[in-house]
Amino acid sequence: MKKIKLPLNEEEIKDLKAGDAVLVSGKVYTARDAAHKRLHEMIQNHQELPIPLEGSAIYYVGPTPAKPPHPIGSAGPTTASRMDAYTPELLDLGLQVMIGKGKRNEAVKEAIIRNHAVYLITCGGAGALISHCITDARPVAFEDLLAEAIVELSVKDMPCFVGIDIRGNDIYEE
Amino acid sequence: MRTIHTEDIKKRVREACGQMAHVYCSDILKALKEGRERETEERSVIAMDILLENAEIAEKEQIPICQDTGMVIAFITIGQDVRIEGGLLKQAVEDGVMEGYRDYYLRASVVSDPLFDRINTRTNTPAIIYTDITEGEDLVIELMQKGFGSENMSAVKMLKPAEGIEGVIGFVTDTIRKAGPNACPPMIVGVGIGGTFDYAAVLAKKALLHSTEEDNPNPRYAALEKELLKRANDLRIGPMGLHGKTTALKINIETYPTHIAGLPCAVNICCHACRHERLVF
Repeated sequence: MKKIKLPLNEEEIKDLKAGDAVLVSGKVYTARDAAHKRLHEMIQNHQELPIPLEGSAIYYVGPTPAKPPHPIGSAGPTTASRMDAYTPELLDLGLQVMIGKGKRNEAVKEAIIRNHAVYLITCGGAGALISHCITDARPVAFEDLLAEAIVELSVKDMPCFVGIDIRGNDIYEE
Repeated sequence: MRTIHTEDIKKRVREACGQMAHVYCSDILKALKEGRERETEERSVIAMDILLENAEIAEKEQIPICQDTGMVIAFITIGQDVRIEGGLLKQAVEDGVMEGYRDYYLRASVVSDPLFDRINTRTNTPAIIYTDITEGEDLVIELMQKGFGSENMSAVKMLKPAEGIEGVIGFVTDTIRKAGPNACPPMIVGVGIGGTFDYAAVLAKKALLHSTEEDNPNPRYAALEKELLKRANDLRIGPMGLHGKTTALKINIETYPTHIAGLPCAVNICCHACRHERLVF
């Protein structure tokens, strides 16, 4: 499996093709339904966002609570399509990488192409294994949302496939 | 008359919450391993190997199999010669869930109001509790931790009687096709046929509690289960939705008499980690 390190430069993003197996390392922010809703409202109200979007990566995950001494509990992907309504806006503001599971809609696909971004998928229901790839977790925002809070994760060699590449090719439609 | 104390109920529900979250049912793990052997394409093999390794890590290190540790469903069957001592039966189940989710570091995934506030209750309660009364002195609680990636892809349809077997096959297959990668395949599928609009859905959920090694006792429905499984696997959704051979591990059917005008059919989709446990008191 090819190793990639976030953030990706233009060349590295271009090299990723739908279906490629990759091991991902770097920083990702967790965000799912409720956090996306709040980010959307903040954007609408011209408020400063709690995370920088430019060149960043979002992992759609709501982990189980961390059991000491581990930094995080079980942490597999949640269904990405629930975030579709909010995603093009985030991509247009610079979001580069999304990690989740399942298909995306056409609007997301178009925004991926337009912004040279990439959608990665990882294995649904493999939260215990994926927790081994997370070396650090730092709360960033919306802690009142518990499992839905935004947390900055350091990931190392997280196993993924390229779901949608910058040409709009889709692993699920091959 | 037999007396069962709510403390015993609470304690065993609490323990079951940890067990279900960390350890695959042995029949499902076996079916998953058999599915792994059938896969030939690299991506599907990788996906199945990840799931099997995940199962090992989860059990060994007591990390939940999946971060969505679900909403708890309890089917309680109580003999009418049982006396519950120490408080309310349903509260004992809720307390067991509350303590289990806290003590085993499971995710609180329940929001109090479904539409407006959506505030997390922080305890993963309330659970969904069904009660049934039967003869005798036994108390049986069948528990399930149901994740919503797959629950969201479930469906009910009020078929016309004239649509018959083909109607059922078409609806079940279509629901599985639409579930696709979202439901974390390979799936376990519960099908409820008959009853009413609501009861068909309860039957579908109950069908998920059966062992994957167990067929419907009625040979015609057992044959239909096999036919549906074949159709599901012919969809080539496969592990992780990467077009492999194993889309479903098992399809179980539960039935009930229905009205002359109806043929209700419900399909409850579950991911590969169909987490359930039967507590007999």
